Amino acid sequence: MLKIENLHATVADKPILKGLSLTINAGEIHAIMGPNGAGKSTLAYVLGGRPGYEVTEGSVSFTPSPCHPRESGDPGATLADATLGPRFRGDDKGELDLLALEPHERAAAGLFLGFQYPVEIPGVSNVQFLRESLNAQRKARGQEPLSGGDFLKLAREKAGLLKLDMDMLKRPVNVGFSGGEKKRNEMVQMGILDPTLAILDETDSGLDIDALRIVGDGINAIMRRPDKAVLLITHYQRLLDYVQPDFVHVLAAGRIVKSGGPELARELEAHGYAEVAA
Amino acid sequence: MTDNTELPVKDQAAHEAAAKVADYEHGWSSAIETDFAPKGLSEDTVRFISAKKNEPEWMLDWRLKAYRHWLTMTPPDWAKLNVPPIDYQDAYYYAAPKAKPKLNSLDEVDPEILEVYKKLGIPIEEQKVLAGVEGARKVAVDAVFDSVSVATTFREELKKAGVIFLSISEAIREHPDLVKKWLGKVVPQHDNYFAALNCAVFSDGTFVYVPEGVRCPMELSTYFRINAENTGQFERTLIVADKGAYVSYLEGCTAPMRDENQLHAAVVELVALDDAEIKYSTVQNWYPGDAEGKGGIYNFVTKRALCQGKRSKVSWTQVETGSAITWKYPSCVLNGDDSVGEFYSVAVTNNHQQADTGTKMIHNGKRTRSTIVSKGISAGQSNGTYRGLVRVAPNAEGVRNFTQCDSLLLGDRCGAHTVPYIEVRNPSAQVEHEATTSKISDDQLFYAMQRGLGQEEAVALIVNGFAKDVLQQLPMEFAVEAQKLLGISLEGSVG
Ligand SMILES: Nc1ncnc2c1ncn2[C@@H]1O[C@H](COP(=O)(O)OP(=O)(O)OP(=O)(O)O)[C@@H](O)[C@H]1O
Ligand SMILES: [Mg+2]
Repeated sequence: MLKIENLHATVADKPILKGLSLTINAGEIHAIMGPNGAGKSTLAYVLGGRPGYEVTEGSVSFTPSPCHPRESGDPGATLADATLGPRFRGDDKGELDLLALEPHERAAAGLFLGFQYPVEIPGVSNVQFLRESLNAQRKARGQEPLSGGDFLKLAREKAGLLKLDMDMLKRPVNVGFSGGEKKRNEMVQMGILDPTLAILDETDSGLDIDALRIVGDGINAIMRRPDKAVLLITHYQRLLDYVQPDFVHVLAAGRIVKSGGPELARELEAHGYAEVAA
Repeated sequence: MTDNTELPVKDQAAHEAAAKVADYEHGWSSAIETDFAPKGLSEDTVRFISAKKNEPEWMLDWRLKAYRHWLTMTPPDWAKLNVPPIDYQDAYYYAAPKAKPKLNSLDEVDPEILEVYKKLGIPIEEQKVLAGVEGARKVAVDAVFDSVSVATTFREELKKAGVIFLSISEAIREHPDLVKKWLGKVVPQHDNYFAALNCAVFSDGTFVYVPEGVRCPMELSTYFRINAENTGQFERTLIVADKGAYVSYLEGCTAPMRDENQLHAAVVELVALDDAEIKYSTVQNWYPGDAEGKGGIYNFVTKRALCQGKRSKVSWTQVETGSAITWKYPSCVLNGDDSVGEFYSVAVTNNHQQADTGTKMIHNGKRTRSTIVSKGISAGQSNGTYRGLVRVAPNAEGVRNFTQCDSLLLGDRCGAHTVPYIEVRNPSAQVEHEATTSKISDDQLFYAMQRGLGQEEAVALIVNGFAKDVLQQLPMEFAVEAQKLLGISLEGSVG
């Protein structure tokens, strides 16, 4: 689904990613761990297409799952066929050159970023924000917009899944939300937008014990499917107790320096980066 | 005037005709038979306009008085505006309002304007009305409403309620006492340079009188939407709400207005008697000039409300996106005890636009209250200034004012300025002023785009959130269009 090869990226002319390679297949959950400042968030931003994060070398291909769009249209068509036009059609396997797409095109193609620091948008309710976002994605995919009623039904269902009060969704995006509420709100957004690939940057930070379980269950419910994949960026084993990864990677100094199974995370927690990933 | 090819068709006719008269060998005296005044401004121009409108003697005298006073005045220079010198002798002050040509279909309309109609989501039939396509009105009326002629229905309904709703010229002839009683009482002739000019040469405008205890049965906006017409460059509006009356009036249109008359100087006077309420909303989207700022409208408006009665209330809401230069301070003189003034404003400037706008709240009555919410959005190389005065008279006990003044900047070549004047002469007053300046952050933009919004959609969404407190004051049907309008007026301003 996602193939990153020899990725180099700079921020403000400073090299951060220095030859990172990683392959994620449909149905897999990957975790990335690594010391502060290693470049984990940078990787997430680069994949999301954030301006200012410049790719100097390498490639990223993204193959959205063939059954997206799910609710309508031709179930056999790849997303690339369904939507983004010939420029982004990619090859006959429906493979997209992710780095050639604008951020919103990547979102429409099925990429979701859970932010380490979710952003506040004063005066814009979550409901309005998500409905406009979802309908912009649907439009890009050649789907009909969702009506107000259908959208509210969907939003209510996903808010329920994350045990977030529906009233929170009527408030402005993240304004006055507690740290944990912001993170849960990110997961409600993920549920509503229904991506094929989710990159979740420290979604577990700031969550209390109960919220951690709710978010873990939410990620499993929304994303653990044979046609989807998740890249979890985290510092702690505790989220991985709920969302069992298939692979764990250590990112240090801009590259993947070690990969393994779920046991690698426990080893890291017990012994630290210096010993395990040296 | 030989080369008119740059002008829209509708003005070519007027300009050509006026040019002909200017050259006409018999000169001035025969011009009286025509539909336009020659170029330039003099007492004769004023007499010509008054005669054209069949005005009574008192009206002509009133105009002449204003004109003579105007001659002694100089244009204001205190605003933070860079106004090129205006040659008042190089302009036309009267042309019959039929200058708008009939078009046969929407194909003849400037594609740029059509594009905006489309973005605003204006239905095709209504687009035709706005653009002046032949025969469109009846169709549109049937399409939008189920009645034969909505304008007639409206007029009947208003008449039944006793609401007088006429052009100001008609009102001068048909209701001279009402007009005489209030015209120039809120904005005196000598109030300022542009107001005096308007008094002398105003072309036409609107008169509304809502009698005692009557709630105007419709938003007067609905009517206008169907009758969107060129009101001319020196518009004059007078609205009087008698005791306990209520009226909501919407001026302007979200559809872009082009007009080759560069200078617009309107005067709007509102009067609210005991327990009366007037809600006055404006959406102003005149041509702002090209990206270099050439050719845009100069909009110098004087708008003022007299809350004369006890417990009266006036609420100004404005969405300003157009014009090259805007000079405008809708104000409330709160004379009646317990009267209330409100000012809600969104002003967008982009490219080379300049806006100096704000309000004045003059608290003369006891326990008078005012609320000011100003949202300025600047992009490109534009400049936006909020200029607001809150004045509390010595014997006005228990006055309260709250001012919230926020500026949003897009990019770093634009400017936002806040100039509050607070003059409190009664110690019991509570006057609060809050001001913020912020930028649309890259974080916000990327966040919204990561969720699927294109860059311009993201900007529009964030800007609408910023302006929400004001937009929600607008009548529903216009709030939706105004939201889209904000997005459109900022297109291309980021990235
Ligand atoms: N705008 C910037 N200008 C200069 N350096 C930057 C900028 N943004 C990020 N960096 C640097 O890039 C490096 C990687 O940052 P990044 O946020 O990707 O780390 P991280 O692995 O996510 O760390 P953490 O675990 O603390 O979240 C850091 O050294 C950071 O200081
Ligand atoms: Mg990080």
